[in-house]
Amino acid sequence: MAGAESYPDDLKYHPEHDWARIDGDEAVLGITWWAQDALGELVHFEAPAVGGSTVKDEPYGEVESVKAVSDVIAPLSGEILEVNEKAIEAPESINDDPYGGGWLVRIRLSDPTELDELLEVEAYQAVVAEQ
Amino acid sequence: MTAGYLSLTDRDRDEMLAAIGVSSIDELFEQIPEPVRFARELDVPPALTESELMRYMEQLAAKNSHTGVELSFLGAGIYDHYVPAIVDPILRRGEFLTAYTPYQPEMSQGVLQAIFEYQTAICELTGMDVSNASGYDGFTVAADACFIAKHATGRTKIVLAETLNPQVREVVKTYAPGFGLEVVEVGHDGGVTDPDRIAAAAVDAAAVIFPQPNFFGCLEDAPALAAAARQAGALAVAHVDPTSLGVLEAPGAYGCDMAIGEGQGIGNAQSYGGPHYGFLASRMEYVRRLPGRIVGQTTDLNGERGFVLTLQTREQHIRREKATSNMTTNQTLLALGGLITLAWLGPQGLRELGETCMSLAGYARERIALPPAFDRHTFKEVAFRTPRPAVEVIREARKHGVHPGYALGRDYEGMDDVLLVAVTEKRTPADIDRLAAVLAEVCG
Amino acid sequence: MQLIYEKSQEGRRAGRIPTYGLPVPEVPAALARKEPPRLPELAENEIVRHFTNLADRNFGVDTGFYPLGSCTMKYNPRVNERIVSLPGFGNLHPHQEDEGAQGALELMWELQQILAEVAGLPEVTLQPAAGSQGELTGLMLMRAYFADRGEGEQRDTIITADTAHGTNPASVTMAGYKLEKVGTTERGNLDLDDLRAKVNERTAGLMLTNPSTLGLFDEGIAEVADIFHEKGALLYYDGANLNAVVGKSRPGDMGFDIVHYNLHKTFSQPHGGGGPGGGPVAVRGELEPFLPSPQVVRDGVGGGATFRLDRDRPKSIGRVRGFAGPFGVFVRSYAYMRSYGPDLTRMSETAVLNANYLLAGLRDDYELPYDRHCMHEFVLSARGLKHEHGITALDVAKRLMDHDVHPPTIYFPLVVPEALMIEPTETEPKERLDAFIESMKSIAREAAESPEVLKGAPHSRPVQRLDEVKAAREPIVKHAFPERSPIGA
Repeated sequence: MAGAESYPDDLKYHPEHDWARIDGDEAVLGITWWAQDALGELVHFEAPAVGGSTVKDEPYGEVESVKAVSDVIAPLSGEILEVNEKAIEAPESINDDPYGGGWLVRIRLSDPTELDELLEVEAYQAVVAEQ
Repeated sequence: MTAGYLSLTDRDRDEMLAAIGVSSIDELFEQIPEPVRFARELDVPPALTESELMRYMEQLAAKNSHTGVELSFLGAGIYDHYVPAIVDPILRRGEFLTAYTPYQPEMSQGVLQAIFEYQTAICELTGMDVSNASGYDGFTVAADACFIAKHATGRTKIVLAETLNPQVREVVKTYAPGFGLEVVEVGHDGGVTDPDRIAAAAVDAAAVIFPQPNFFGCLEDAPALAAAARQAGALAVAHVDPTSLGVLEAPGAYGCDMAIGEGQGIGNAQSYGGPHYGFLASRMEYVRRLPGRIVGQTTDLNGERGFVLTLQTREQHIRREKATSNMTTNQTLLALGGLITLAWLGPQGLRELGETCMSLAGYARERIALPPAFDRHTFKEVAFRTPRPAVEVIREARKHGVHPGYALGRDYEGMDDVLLVAVTEKRTPADIDRLAAVLAEVCG
Repeated sequence: MQLIYEKSQEGRRAGRIPTYGLPVPEVPAALARKEPPRLPELAENEIVRHFTNLADRNFGVDTGFYPLGSCTMKYNPRVNERIVSLPGFGNLHPHQEDEGAQGALELMWELQQILAEVAGLPEVTLQPAAGSQGELTGLMLMRAYFADRGEGEQRDTIITADTAHGTNPASVTMAGYKLEKVGTTERGNLDLDDLRAKVNERTAGLMLTNPSTLGLFDEGIAEVADIFHEKGALLYYDGANLNAVVGKSRPGDMGFDIVHYNLHKTFSQPHGGGGPGGGPVAVRGELEPFLPSPQVVRDGVGGGATFRLDRDRPKSIGRVRGFAGPFGVFVRSYAYMRSYGPDLTRMSETAVLNANYLLAGLRDDYELPYDRHCMHEFVLSARGLKHEHGITALDVAKRLMDHDVHPPTIYFPLVVPEALMIEPTETEPKERLDAFIESMKSIAREAAESPEVLKGAPHSRPVQRLDEVKAAREPIVKHAFPERSPIGA
């Protein structure tokens, strides 16, 4: 089951409880510890197709628990290069390791200026505190 | 003040009003604004006691010509198959009859396990991987299949064989505008559907729905129709008669993506058209797009096997406007009647049922001195050409106590002189002899 | 308990089919069945025992109290089962000529008259298979009505309440409409200011349950109707909660234009473990031309009247299911209505009295988010128990099972945290209500004194709490048969 609450400081955050790990003109996306905790044990990740695109602030997939379903919101726009097969086959990896083995997609950024709109860890933790 | 099935006495009522802290029941209704309160008595017929009610209902029922008073060869989608004696007593067990949807699995293991067994039986009959817990009837499941196909393929055209039950096609056309679907129908050639015409129509289609056997009773070249659909990238959907699946191939074995149909012939009374159960089964890849309930196997805290409603995030109570369907109430009790009947038949009985239907249909073809409308293999229905309009033949034959069948001219242009005769295992060769004699007289 | 497939023995059988000594025609090889379906093979007595044992593992209204909010689990009279089995009803073929089905058509026509009187709307279709299909039918009627007026393109939005059943938004999507949600005030009424801001010439209509899923009658319903009608939009009444107001307030008089009934809720069609149901729809006269085909109509009056199915309906939305509707459901519901007569009003009055009695008995032990008299049901919250003792609505529900009570609906409506939605119905005697109040009070005490007993509940059912996560992660949706042995092995 999920580890302790944590928000790594090397990530960028979106207030809809998504994170992005930036690597040059690429980014890996996922949901935060808070999001997986709120949903409970995840049973399904409805992934987008590789080659498709994400649009900032728009849903690109869905995660489901037994009694709830939630859109996954893209923190950044881009082309989808890879989908985490492990998150599809074993959705519990999203609960267990939301920032590591439970990542969702890897994208090539189409508009790096969007990075400026994302939150640093302190700002995101303030969002979480208000929930 | 006692009425109907109420059980409070005057004393109960007084005590309850006192506990609530109001002086009258009317006070509880004061939240209804006065202008929309209903002030007079309902203008409905007077109450009847149970014995009066029974007598009145018997009088109404007696005005109907049912298949016990008239020798009937009506089919065309609903059939007078035998319902085993064990079905009704089991369905009337209050634990089944008066239970709600099994949202609380610890209270509902009986019905949950029964639905799991039903899903298994439907998958075995159809050769599919997954079945839902039932649809409303064999008509609406076709609309469900279209909705699945639209989302699975991203396409918006639906191809229907014209040899499908006309009411199935009507229901699909009613649902299509809301689903954003365009419906194309492919006509028949000599009583069956030409796979080449399906192949042409299936280009850019989400699904092709075809029947086996078809509405005229004829056997389609179902494997070729399924292949034509799939080659065009459309989902192949077979609308099948479950009573035929002991002798006819399972849709899963010839490449269909979905199998749907009307369950009534297995375990339900004709009941003037309902309630019955529709079945809907598919390959596993569409499981998250299926409408309605699905039961899954799991374990409890002690590791004991148990059953729950599963993949519920598909459904309206969770996914709301994004649900795969708005469906909530289904046809569980009727589907349970289907399961009990399938257990009673077993694989051998199901095959014998199909064989008897085919042999009686063959006998009818031999004995009835009218030309068959189509020179095709048939299952349990045969279409005959009549020398005068079929509706007249029906009217005249009924005067002899025989209902000879369904007038295909009700749905198909140019078929006013075609009579569709259905048999089931309940009709005997002597019954068919009598039908032949009556038809000879009224057509002569 | 074993599955029926696990009891199967090859070669055993129950039913036998007559063969009549006729030759069996050959099926073309390409179309013939190759592998037989693995249906169970059991003797008849073992089939009966199997399903009897399954019934023993189930719970119905006949077993005990079933206060499931929104679902109206009332007594289902046994005489109705006897009536529906009369051969003249059960063995009537749906393609029988109208002349040979006069009793069935008369019954359906009479049912339509009573439904029209109850709704305060003149025209009724019986065809829809269930409430949810009634909803979809109602939205299709709106679409056809506006298309006929040349406003089909313009009106593309349906408004629902934030307390709505999930079927409402799902039906909106299936009908091809956009959805807009409107909020609820602290008294549980629709927020009129929010409504005024959202209703405009793009609005096709409103879908509303009244009383709402909170069990409260909307006190502003007349203003709500005016807001929509002023913009040329229509109002749809979700009849899920009609059991509160039969003979007390009519949807047509409230201003609704289209109404669906749930025959399996208000008019006692048994729920059957999930179905069947019936979802007739009533409409104002202007909407009649669009009703599904066929319609049951009467020709002539008095003793010489005859009844028929009218298929000549050029403006109809078409057919929404097979034939003229679930006839067996009509028989039971009509019988139920005839056993009350005008005293159907007493049915609703008693349902409301019973609900308020439970509310009065429980208000000190559970939170009451909307402190008003309720209608036929009410919503409590276990939020306090959760904060103080970590006991959730789910735990309360599971523990009720040990009191031989089916739990209420939980976690709905969504606007109430830890919701428990309780609907006793009119057919329960006072002793049952008193026993339920005692059970709920004892569970509230247990939450403080021995919460672990609640967390482990139920303790008296055939299974303990089930692993729903496992069921969803690795779906097993049919029996896994042992591998087939090779032919001849």
